[in-house]
Order: sequence, then structure tokens, then C-alpha cells
Amino acid sequence: MIYLDNAATTRVSGEVFEAMKPYFCEQYANPSAIYSFAGKSMKAVDEARRSIAGLIGAQPNEIYFTAGGSESDNWAVKAAAELGRTKGKHIITSTIEHHAVLHTCQYLERQGYEVTYVNVDEYGVIKLDELEAAIRPDTILITVMAANNEIGTIQPLREIGAIAKKSGILFHTDAVQAYGHIPLDVDELNIDMLSASGHKIYGPKGIGFLYIRKGVRIGSFVHGGAQERSRRAGTHNTPGIVGMGAAAKLAGDGLAERMAKETALRDHLIRRVLTEIPYSRLNGHETDRLPNNASFCFRFIEGESLLILLDQQGICASSGSACTSGSLEPSHVLLAIGLPHETAHGSLRLTLSEETTVEDIDLTVEAIAKIVERLRSMSPLYEDFVKQNQKKEV
Amino acid sequence: MYSEKVMDHFSNPRNVGEIENPSGVGTVGNAKCGDIMRMYLDIDDNGVIQEAKFKTFGCGAAVATSSMATELVKGRTVRQALAVTNKAVMEALDGLPPAKVHCSLLAEEAIHAALWDYAEKNNIVIEGLERPVNDIEEKIEEEY
Repeated sequence: MIYLDNAATTRVSGEVFEAMKPYFCEQYANPSAIYSFAGKSMKAVDEARRSIAGLIGAQPNEIYFTAGGSESDNWAVKAAAELGRTKGKHIITSTIEHHAVLHTCQYLERQGYEVTYVNVDEYGVIKLDELEAAIRPDTILITVMAANNEIGTIQPLREIGAIAKKSGILFHTDAVQAYGHIPLDVDELNIDMLSASGHKIYGPKGIGFLYIRKGVRIGSFVHGGAQERSRRAGTHNTPGIVGMGAAAKLAGDGLAERMAKETALRDHLIRRVLTEIPYSRLNGHETDRLPNNASFCFRFIEGESLLILLDQQGICASSGSACTSGSLEPSHVLLAIGLPHETAHGSLRLTLSEETTVEDIDLTVEAIAKIVERLRSMSPLYEDFVKQNQKKEV
Repeated sequence: MYSEKVMDHFSNPRNVGEIENPSGVGTVGNAKCGDIMRMYLDIDDNGVIQEAKFKTFGCGAAVATSSMATELVKGRTVRQALAVTNKAVMEALDGLPPAKVHCSLLAEEAIHAALWDYAEKNNIVIEGLERPVNDIEEKIEEEY
């Protein structure tokens, strides 16, 4: 099997799993308990919190554990809306956010908030002039993702942070795809809140965090206990937290090296696909993109068919086509970067891991080339295209 | 998520291709919703479908329903082909996931579109055949 869907989730690394193991059957105490048996668990939670905070230049007491990225996004956006409502009810976001942010914004619209969805350019980079122009006296939150989950484009967080700071507006970023994959510093980038998840960085599923800058007084998300400074109640998920801590430490230690390795592989993949497969395009920015993300569109074919045929060759990938989402609309991200519907339907996302090899990539490119050719041979769109070209030649 | 039959007809689609100078050809669907089917029919003087071919842009279910639709109309009379409904296509494939039911509607529509073209070319009226909807998008939206 060649697994190229690491943006969906990663394998838990062996070291992470080893670190987690004692916290199931041996160190199972509730970290909040008073006896010394629980002390070890709390110590492990604290140590994980330090590693996790260190990766983004935050203080440990600014890290609030959650069940994952979607929860963190929900918390940040809803609680910021609640906090700001006496000042105003206007929120700014982008058109290409993850649904955890987009659908939360739509929920708030139904509660009487106004949301401006700022456009992106053809590479998926937010239009900063539009963002700045969207700011109003009643704007209470800017939420823009750090890097896009589908097309991998990294957003100009420094500029957005500066705009937010200058205007006195809270800035939240969904960094689920970026955390542990590219360097992020909450102070340098003026980030007030940041969402991240464990299972995108070789950690376990069901654990994530929300970074909340000290002094940002958004309300509690879960009431009912003193955990996480009473802002997110519920018994600590000790194995999950320890696992995420171990994953964050590993991610931080090898970051530059892994980025260089993945970027080289990614660019090899992109180069081969674009040169060997006709009528293909790269989605997202050529250089300002996540080191492990390659996103393509192949004209005249549909993504789900491509995925099933890749699966039959043992290759796991994903697509932003309508058919994979259960709706008839293709990915909102691909439409936002200006692709026509029929092109957006033929998308393929390949996301690498630290274990991906050049052989994996070469086998995958060869498989894609054959499958695309096969699907085109049965595509009426391709038939029309070829006939039109023949007419032109005559 | 797909039945074995759907996977079989997707992986080994029957009757893919074109027919030169077909008795009837019809294209339905649109690129916006992600499915386009084109069906070619070769119909003899007795009104029997000798050959059916298709080309489809779409998901696994779209390919499988097209393939099954060609199988179901081959060797049948025009009247029998007209009776091949989306339900018949679905049943022959051992069912489709709810989100993919529209693919079977498209397959039925593709048969009708090809028959309509045949009727127009030959200046005949096929009883019970209505002008096909080339763009089934509106129909789909109503259903969801």
C-alpha cells in the first residue's frame, strides 16, 4: 500500500505510541486527583503541554486541550463572537476555510452575526487589500487558516496578524494542517488563538488544542470542571495528551530536515505529473505551500473514478470532487481559486509523510498516468475536445 | 460503499466507446454536477437495438449505471428499451448509495435521449417518449 492521504490523518509513530502506552493500564489515574499515583499523570500532562506550547512559541498555560481541530475551531469562533457582541457582530474570514470554521460562521450568521468571506487569488492566497477593506468598527474577529487542507497554500499570517493588531481585532488561525509542518510563532505572527490537532503530526486522533493568548478573555467551551483552567472541563485524555506531546516534540526536533525532504519529494512529484500527464494543473501556490501537499486537476475526468482506480492499485489518495463529498458541488476551495466546475471535479490530492519514498512517488505517477488515460478514453468531454481540435486542424 | 456489481461494471465497463453513424445518440447531464453520459445506439430496420455504446464523465456509479444501461437495452426493441427505468438499472446493480441515485436517473435519461435522436432522424413518433431533459440539474436539486 502507498498511503498518500496524510492530510486526512497520519500513522501514529512508534515513538509516540510507546510514550502513550503506560497511560492506559498502568498510569491510569485521573490527573486531577490528589494522591501521588495521580501526580505522575499530571506531570506527564504538564510536560506534554510544554512541548506543544514550545512548537509555536507560546506559554504552557496558553494551551487548552480539546478533542481535536474541529472543536478548537468551534470554540474559538463561537466564543470570540460571544465575547465581542457588545462591540459588534461582524466577523471576517476567507472563502477557503475548512468547514469547521465555515459552518461555524454560517451558524453565527443565523444567530444574527454578519460574516465577510474574503476572496483568494488564483493560487489560494487571501486578498489582503480586500481583507483590510472589509474591516469595520463592529468587526470583532478575523479567522483565516494558516494553510489550506486541500491545495496546501500557506496564508500570509504575518500580514494578517499585523492588520488585526493595528485594528484591535482578535485574530484566530486554524493551523490544523500547518502545526508541526511549518514554523509558526504566535508572537511574531500576532496570533491570538490557534487551533491544532494531534493526528496530523503522527500523534493520536481525538486530541487537539486551542492556543488562547494570555489576556484574551473568551468564555469556556465546556462547563463542569476545573480542567484547563475551567475553560474546557472534562477529565484529561491522558494518553492522547501524552501522545500529542511526544508528537509535537518529534515534529519540532526534526522540522527543518523533514521540511527539506518532503519539499524535494513534493516538487519531484509535481514536476513529473505536470510534464508527463497532459492537461493537468497544479492547484495552489507553487512555493508558498505545505511541504507535504500536492494538489492537481486533470481535465476531462472525474476525481472519484480516479480514486477508486488508484485504490485498486493500493494507492490511498483523496479528491475534492463532488462525488467524494456526498454533494453535487465540487470543493468550495477549487471553485474559490477560479476553476470551472468540470475542472474542479477532476481533482486529486496527494499528501506525503516522512516515510514516503521516491519509489512511492514514481509508482504513483505511473499509475495516475495510466488511469487518467483510461478515464479520458471513456470521457465524452475528452471526445468532444479531440474532435474540436481535429476540426481546427482541418 | 458500492455493491460488488457496481464495482464490477465500473472496473470492467461493458460497451465503452462510440458507434460511427449511429441510429441515435444522446448526451445528458452537465459538467457542473459532475456527470455527463453519452449513449450511442445502432437500431436495425425491425426496431431492435443491435449495439449500444457509451462514454461517461463521472464517478464510479455514473460509469457503472451507463455500462448497465447499455447491457439492458442491447438486443431489445425500442419499446422494451423505453421501459428500462432508473429503478431497473439500480436493481440490476444491486442498489446504489442514496447520494448516487441521480446517476441511475441520468442513465435512463441517456437511453431516452438516444431514442429521441433516433426518432427525429427517422421522422417517427415513439409512443410514450418525451423530449429528454438534456440538463438534469434542476431535477436533481428538487430531489435533494
